Amino acid sequence: MWWRSPSFILDRQQQQEQNDSVPPESLFLTSAAPSMADSLQNPKSNISAYYQTRAAHHGVVTSDWLAQAQAAVGRHSDDDDSSESDGRAVPTVGGDGVSGKAFSVIEEFNNWRKQPDLAEAVAAIRALAAVIRASQATTMMELEIELKKASDSLKSWDTTSISLTAGCDLFMRYVTRTSALEYEDFNSAKSRLIERAEKFGEISCKARRIIAMLSQDFIFDGCTILVHGFSRVVLEVLKTAAQNKKLFRVFCTEGRPDRTGLRLSNELAKLDVPVKLLIDSAVAYTMDEVDMVFVGADGVVESGGIINMMGTYQIALVAHGMNKPVYVAAESYKFARLYPLDQKDMAPALRPIDFGVPIPSKVEVETSARDYTPPQYLTLLFTDLGVLTPSVVSDELIQLYL
Amino acid sequence: MDPRRTARTVSDPKVRQVGFFTPPPPPDRSVSDPPTHHDLIQFSSPSSPPVNEHSPSGNSLSPVMIPPPRHHSDTLALRTALQATSPTASLSYSARTITIPQENEDVASSFSPGRKVMSGKSPSSFPGFKSSSVPASELTTVSVVNLPPGITEKAGGASVEVQHDRPANSKPLKEKTSKAERRALQEAQRAAKAAAKAEGSKAPAAASKVGTSTNTKPTKAAKNPSVKNDGSQVAASEKKGGDRAPEKDRKKDAPHPRMQYDDPSRVEKAKKRAVVKQTEARNRVELFRHLPQYEHGTQLPDLETKFFELDPMHPAVYKVGLQYLSGDICGGNARCIAMLQAFREAIKDYSTPPEKALIRDLTARISSYVSFLNECRPLSISMGNAIKFIKNRITKLPLSLSESEAKATLMLEIVRFINEKIILADKVIVKHAVTKIRDGDVLLTYGASSAVEMILLHAHELGKQFRVVVVDSRPKLEGQLLLRRLVRKGLSCTYTHVNAISCIMNEVTRVFLGASSVLSNGTVYSRVGTACVAMVAHAFRVPVLVCCEAYKFHERVQLDSICSNELGNPDAISKVHGREEINYLDGVNSENLQLLNLIYDATPSDYVSLVITDYGMVPPTSVPVIVREYRREHLWS
Repeated sequence: MWWRSPSFILDRQQQQEQNDSVPPESLFLTSAAPSMADSLQNPKSNISAYYQTRAAHHGVVTSDWLAQAQAAVGRHSDDDDSSESDGRAVPTVGGDGVSGKAFSVIEEFNNWRKQPDLAEAVAAIRALAAVIRASQATTMMELEIELKKASDSLKSWDTTSISLTAGCDLFMRYVTRTSALEYEDFNSAKSRLIERAEKFGEISCKARRIIAMLSQDFIFDGCTILVHGFSRVVLEVLKTAAQNKKLFRVFCTEGRPDRTGLRLSNELAKLDVPVKLLIDSAVAYTMDEVDMVFVGADGVVESGGIINMMGTYQIALVAHGMNKPVYVAAESYKFARLYPLDQKDMAPALRPIDFGVPIPSKVEVETSARDYTPPQYLTLLFTDLGVLTPSVVSDELIQLYL
Repeated sequence: MDPRRTARTVSDPKVRQVGFFTPPPPPDRSVSDPPTHHDLIQFSSPSSPPVNEHSPSGNSLSPVMIPPPRHHSDTLALRTALQATSPTASLSYSARTITIPQENEDVASSFSPGRKVMSGKSPSSFPGFKSSSVPASELTTVSVVNLPPGITEKAGGASVEVQHDRPANSKPLKEKTSKAERRALQEAQRAAKAAAKAEGSKAPAAASKVGTSTNTKPTKAAKNPSVKNDGSQVAASEKKGGDRAPEKDRKKDAPHPRMQYDDPSRVEKAKKRAVVKQTEARNRVELFRHLPQYEHGTQLPDLETKFFELDPMHPAVYKVGLQYLSGDICGGNARCIAMLQAFREAIKDYSTPPEKALIRDLTARISSYVSFLNECRPLSISMGNAIKFIKNRITKLPLSLSESEAKATLMLEIVRFINEKIILADKVIVKHAVTKIRDGDVLLTYGASSAVEMILLHAHELGKQFRVVVVDSRPKLEGQLLLRRLVRKGLSCTYTHVNAISCIMNEVTRVFLGASSVLSNGTVYSRVGTACVAMVAHAFRVPVLVCCEAYKFHERVQLDSICSNELGNPDAISKVHGREEINYLDGVNSENLQLLNLIYDATPSDYVSLVITDYGMVPPTSVPVIVREYRREHLWS
């Protein structure tokens, strides 16, 4: 941006030299990584773990995946999967708790987040709950310090995941500022915290249902909805609308490079909702037919804007230009105390992009996985706190965190 | 539309409880709440009997009066002025206040005239009088008279005369009253006139009795800004005299009548009380006649000679006042800290006069200091908030404390305020703001803001690579001061005047601005020129970051920079020092020439991307949330 003026060309060259020597990540990791993270540094630190997980869960990996999914129509494979993995994972927690020393939050967290139905924040909270369980602390203070360490290492393990950070922060607030600590007995306080943590998972699912319920008033018969990418909340919204016998059709963007839109269109086809697939660049072309845009969010930031999968911003811009409402569905644990001023003002979340053909090494590839949509392009946010205008997000955040 | 509405209202309350905070009362929300409730209860209980129909919760948000108008807080000058006026004046007053019993007078005289507690007179005595016509006359004076000293002058012999003048004086107020109220007012005045005539003979006898307290009497009248407007309701509110605190709060709730300098009669009165004899500038711009404008530089020697005459004025306060006057101290934080430290000195040397209560006398004392400082230079919003804080702390002092303990507590509170609300707040702001500076940024700042300076220096210390563009404007050229400090620390800077802002803006990546205050609608009230910079930045899609400590936030809403502003020295813009050849306006002294040197302007919130405050980075739309959540906690606890 700043090299628009010729007077800065010289500076720019210097800048580039410096940039070459300093990896960009170091700027954003202001706090020194705690000891736990040292041993367990994210192996592929220049690739966003969060978006990798998303791709694994919701992306279309192979071309024969569709055929598989086609075969599986009518049978909800996800539910089986998750319950199965739930059954598998729970004993592991116990085992870890017993073995004590070998326990690691990050492994725990990775275990949890393998489940496609479990939100990242909930996985983080469950991992932290496991920390409490495994902890050999004898005082509340000790436990708090231990938790702090664990949450810091989790946060620094994947700085690109906003809901992970937000989930850790929320849980830490619970531990540090809750009436649960007023028990004289340490053990009962501890068990109370664990209990609280367990509840979070249910709340997360509940939040989705609430959002779906709230958004029903906005979906009217005969409307056309444009969705972008794959969002569990948006799917829940559309599913509920279909169950309520609303008549609507959905335009799904393709969602390159993970092609998560294909996955969503498939899910919707299972529900007998008319779906049309668009390539990402056809958004403006189809916008005049669209009545509303529905997107999920990876994070809702303090300005009321959202951080979401790449492409959301341009869809919002087009929708704003054509006076179509843009609705965001996001659970309140995605509210983060961040305030990006522009697109580059975030920790970069990179992800490999497969163009199908080899790219010459001289060609640069934009690999960012997400963008920031400023609040003025959003109409309403559906959250489990209610239907909010973007400016209320900051009010809620102030009340949550201060 | 309708079904939507209902559905939402039904689901909302249920939903709000879910989120992350299910079973017990949500911890995060309640965290801020209980203390405030507690405070409010504490607040109302000691001062008042259970009559609480004006609920304190609403009142806690009462607007801070900026600048506190002169006639409100001016004790000292008022007293001297009154004592100086002829005895007939006091006579005329006593004639009307004759029936107020002695005990009442004691209460009144122990009250400082500077405060607004006055309507809380001893409840036992008042109701008895309201049936007679005499209190009615008292009340009408309350409802109409704005500036007592003026009245005392005019009142001369008979109070009848005063009543004749009234309509002229109270015109601006009258416009607000409804027809019925005006009618009631007239009735009351008529009755009062009759009563005054009837009791004219009794007056001298009573005058001797009440003589000592007469000087407090008229000020009482001035102290009811809200009551003034509705003459008919005065009786009602006076009747309930027992509840002092709610009454007081209610008054604060009403929009405060700021001194309007285009009202000649009021200016006249204000002048008579003033310590600082400012001379009015001759030729003022039409739109800004309501703001005070003085010839600069003429009154300083005069004030210096007065130093030994003004004995109740503490030397530290006096010194700060002179520094304001001469412009040695400027900038919101600097002025506020200087004032607080002067008050601290004053409190240190304070001893309660015999037969007076510390809480009341000290508040009066502070009020007199404040009015002096206000005469030197109109108070800034930050100072208003700080004054509010101090006064609040004084009234909150437990009665059980001894004088020295009370003084120590207050001094500690003042130091704490400076440290927490200003110095630490700045540190937190710097910490937040630095995260928004990246390598390769070009930062633009306007004028000289202490917070912005700290941010730039800190970012430089952290080794960030960035350039600074300092934009400046005539006549103050404060930017040069900032520039000097930055260059000395080794930052690479560009200096330009605001005229070139549109040329320089296309290479800027962030705009950092300081603020004198941020108002409730997100409007940033700051050095004149800020709005221009913010608008240009917005047009170029450059984010504008406003750095402002939360103690400068204010509940007021302001849409333009006309209704409340400060006028600087007009000569400053017409003359250029050291450049005789371009001082074209030197000989021109025409009636047609009007010079306007505004000090502040208001930047609409649309042009502000972000407000950085000690509570973090918030959008300008969230300023009222912070004001609501934290003002209470800090000012009312």
